Amino acid sequence: MTLRPDLKLIAAMVPEGARVLDLGCGDGALLAWLAEHRGVRGYGIEIDEGQITRCIARGVSVLERDIDEGLSDFPTDGFDVVVMAETLQAVRKPGTVLEHMLRIAPRSIVTFPNFGHWRCRLELASAGRMPIARHLPHAWHDTPNIHLCTFADFEALCAERSLTIYDRKVVNAHYESAWAMNHWPNLFGTIAVYGLSRPGA
Amino acid sequence: MAEAAPSDQHSVGLVTAESEDFPGPFPLASGESLPAYRLVYECYGTLNADRSNALLICHALSGHHHAAGYYDLEDPKPGWWDTAIGPGKAIDTNRFFVVALNNLGGCHGSTGPTSLNPATGRPYGPDFPTVTVPDWVNAQAALANRLGIERWAAVVGGSLGGMQALQWALSYPDRVGATVAIASTPRLSAQNIAFNEIARQAITADPDFREGRYLEAGVVPTAGLRLARMLGHVTYQSDDGLREKFGRAVRTGDLDILQDVQFQVESYLQYQGKSFSRRFDANTYLLMTRALDYFDPARAYGDDLVATFAAMKAKLLLISFTTDWRFPSARSREMALAALRAGREVSYVDVDAAQGHDAFLLPVPRYLEVLGTYLQGLEPSP
Repeated sequence: MTLRPDLKLIAAMVPEGARVLDLGCGDGALLAWLAEHRGVRGYGIEIDEGQITRCIARGVSVLERDIDEGLSDFPTDGFDVVVMAETLQAVRKPGTVLEHMLRIAPRSIVTFPNFGHWRCRLELASAGRMPIARHLPHAWHDTPNIHLCTFADFEALCAERSLTIYDRKVVNAHYESAWAMNHWPNLFGTIAVYGLSRPGA
Repeated sequence: MAEAAPSDQHSVGLVTAESEDFPGPFPLASGESLPAYRLVYECYGTLNADRSNALLICHALSGHHHAAGYYDLEDPKPGWWDTAIGPGKAIDTNRFFVVALNNLGGCHGSTGPTSLNPATGRPYGPDFPTVTVPDWVNAQAALANRLGIERWAAVVGGSLGGMQALQWALSYPDRVGATVAIASTPRLSAQNIAFNEIARQAITADPDFREGRYLEAGVVPTAGLRLARMLGHVTYQSDDGLREKFGRAVRTGDLDILQDVQFQVESYLQYQGKSFSRRFDANTYLLMTRALDYFDPARAYGDDLVATFAAMKAKLLLISFTTDWRFPSARSREMALAALRAGREVSYVDVDAAQGHDAFLLPVPRYLEVLGTYLQGLEPSP
């Protein structure tokens, strides 16, 4: 089984044998790969019916649940890593979710699309229209992405809540890294994978 | 074994009930014991060579061993879970050897209050001992032994049947591969118990109940049973479901002059109550509702649901229905989280369905798809 490039980046950050909670786990591809290759025991949280069935079909433990209904009943330190891939921008209270993630596990891995990418900026500046791009494919009125942000916005939120960024990988829409996006990530990066740890950690 | 009825390739076809007699004494959780007992059951599909594809169906309050198929060609109705059991269905009899039985204390052929008490030569009636969910599971294990089934690929049940599926994973952790508990709960709420008590009062207050010895008196407390079933039936439906089915439609009478008015929902409930009172034993109803009330596996684990799930080995599938207010989604979600905390393999699905608690018996597409997909993923040896 080959893993989607963005999930590969996440998988590389998950230690062998870790207990993993995947918020918005989609079809369960990451958890299935981690179970097979890393001896990981994982659980997915998902709200989409079709995706849940696909998780069950591949033998991934999945709980149907709306992240917006809260995560307070998940145990503190119940996991080693909480993953949230391309889901942060779709939750109602991203800051609260991030805090819960770092309560549930000492480490979190978060990916989201960058609204600060130069194409988005150009589209907004020149055409005056909300950008549609490969990594942001939805029209403004029909998008699950209610909290789009830039890398700079996200890092500001982490600083405000004293969350430590211990790792950051910035890639383009093809999940490749290049010189420009390493130097000016907020301008040239389309997707970032952040490793977060607790305040002061 | 069933031959496929020509009309439906997804039916298990014609089936026959079988029975096994067990020597006593059979010890019960209450401290009492049964001298000897009989269990009636049905089987669908074929047990494979290494006996690894057996799947147990546990029935709910009013269920029995006839879960799928037909008894003869004129049989108007198939078994109670025919929507889910059959070749190519969610519980696929091409893959699984499915066993369904009538529980101890039942009134469909297994030893129960209508059976003769060997000590007196009269029907047990109210003297039939209290049986609990763990007692049922022990009797089911005796049947499994008799059938040569060391380990179930899965134990599956809805409502009270789901409780038995959970109990299996606790009582016999090494004998269950997967537990599927549908529209179930780890314990009844005060409201649940209250409804059960009203139903019991309806039965015991019927003058024909005769302190449970109605069989010897040659009468049946049909009025009480009817009322109990009508009450139960309302709690198994959702407000939306009843509205969709009946609304305020009038069956007889005239709403304008308020004379002899009978709403559709009234006649429906009366029909349900009447047909139930003809086929169900009042003492069995009392006994089964008591078993529901007493079920509380976490009690033995310091009321700690996480510790309860930690004592299991089976993986779990939990399914709830959004409009089920009898055993609401929150109960299944609570179990799912406890199982997760205990490190069990667990999946939980909350199916959007208008039919309330009864949805577990109905052909709700997403529900049957999830159930089928999950069971498909279990790998009994070929």
